Amino acid sequence: MKSLQPILEEHPFFKELEPKYFELLVGCASNVRFEAGEILFHEGDQADRFFLVRQGKVALEMAPPNKEPMIIDTVEEGLVFGWSWMVPPYQWHFDAHALTLVRAIAIDGKCLRKKCEEDHELGYELFKRFFSVVTERLQHTRVQLLDVYGAQV
Amino acid sequence: MQGNASTATTQPMIPLPHRILKVRRETGDVFSIETQPEGDESDFHFVPGQFNMVYVFGVGEVPLSISGDPARTHTLTHTIRSVGWVTQALKKMKKGDRIGVRGPFGTPWPFQEAAGNDVVIVAGGVGLAPLRPVIYKLLAEREQYGNISILYGARNPDDLLYGKELEKWRGRFDLHVDATVDSAKRGWMGNVGVVTQLIPKAISDPDNTLAMICGPEIMMRFTVNELQKQGIENSNIYLTMERNMKCAIGFCGHCQFGPEFICKDGPVFSYERVRNIFGKREI
Ligand SMILES: Cc1cc2nc3c(=O)[nH]c(=O)nc-3n(C[C@H](O)[C@H](O)[C@H](O)COP(=O)(O)OP(=O)(O)OC[C@H]3O[C@@H](n4cnc5c(N)ncnc54)[C@H](O)[C@@H]3O)c2cc1C
Ligand code: FES
Repeated sequence: MKSLQPILEEHPFFKELEPKYFELLVGCASNVRFEAGEILFHEGDQADRFFLVRQGKVALEMAPPNKEPMIIDTVEEGLVFGWSWMVPPYQWHFDAHALTLVRAIAIDGKCLRKKCEEDHELGYELFKRFFSVVTERLQHTRVQLLDVYGAQV
Repeated sequence: MQGNASTATTQPMIPLPHRILKVRRETGDVFSIETQPEGDESDFHFVPGQFNMVYVFGVGEVPLSISGDPARTHTLTHTIRSVGWVTQALKKMKKGDRIGVRGPFGTPWPFQEAAGNDVVIVAGGVGLAPLRPVIYKLLAEREQYGNISILYGARNPDDLLYGKELEKWRGRFDLHVDATVDSAKRGWMGNVGVVTQLIPKAISDPDNTLAMICGPEIMMRFTVNELQKQGIENSNIYLTMERNMKCAIGFCGHCQFGPEFICKDGPVFSYERVRNIFGKREI
């Protein structure tokens, strides 16, 4: 079977990561594929991995009380999603389903947490990368909350 | 020979009567009206970016950007969000009713500067309306520009303006069109997120890209930040500003924005020109 290393090296999330770490990452990575409409996970499920999207579009959904679920974000090729694997109790905070055929690399969170515990430099490097993703998403969420298109021009 | 119904230079304070030809509902609170000047003066010339003062007799007058095709000079189109007295009165009007129009006023979008470069258009909500004439003109002169991208954000799928035209533009091979909404019900296959998220994918050559932005100020602020992050120079970012207006010809001072009068120095400005006052709450 072909190694996943070249795919990981090409993904923007791992841009300029020290080459020595890719071997460690490959040990926790698997290739996954979801058909359009397929559920990746549900809110409350065990968050045991995160995804690097290689192709297609994933919808992240939340259900307001007594209302239909709403899509609150979409994630496409080149992006990463899922950071609940980093924070106890390791549970998903939203549902995710494939809007189109999705090819992604899934990285096993438990496996990676173990490696980060053993090698804090790797841990720090990954946390920095995830932190920038989380801040960006938080910033986007704030903008969405501001209802910027409804505002007076 | 047909006369010119553009009154901005000849009689800028006198509204010319226009007859409403069509009222079209675009979204819940947004509609377009197509009008035609009455009498001989049946041609109306404008450049994309310009606006008119539209008068509802007995109610009041408001500035509205022109949202139609600049090449179609025999009718005039405005796309309007109903928010208050005048715009609600406009919403109630029907085919055959009369309104007054003064204009066109204001500065155009920078087509000369854009020629030979990639163009990124970023619109938020009803901000797509003043940019639609730009799109018509860019497409009419397609060979003069590099890559053209239209990025559009709205609250939800029902609030997306000009749905059919967006679809048509999206189908073209020489145009990149991407839209996103703040949230959507299941079944929506497009993007969900903020419009700024669409920007990185649309820019391949920042040194040779010119951006045109229109939307609420807060949305334009976030957009400018992202464009700068992608390496676009302040002098290549253009935006359109709005302030209350009365005269529209630089006399009354109603539209003052720092040292600028939006009616005559704008509404289209380069970001370089307004960056010291843009986004300042006290101005
Ligand atoms: C150069 C220029 C171009 C413009 N182009 C367009 C256009 O193409 N389409 C369009 O719909 N509007 C456009 N506007 C905005 C439009 O002029 C105002 O919405 C209009 O003047 C409101 O008048 P009104 O009598 O309906 O509301 P008012 O009775 O004056 O206001 C009623 C309420 O609405 C709020 N309000 C006023 N203006 C806005 C606004 N812009 N957005 C949200 N709430 C508002 C007020 O704060 C108030 O609470 C433009 C403005 C300028 C300066
Ligand atoms: S509206 Fe009177 S100066 Fe601009």
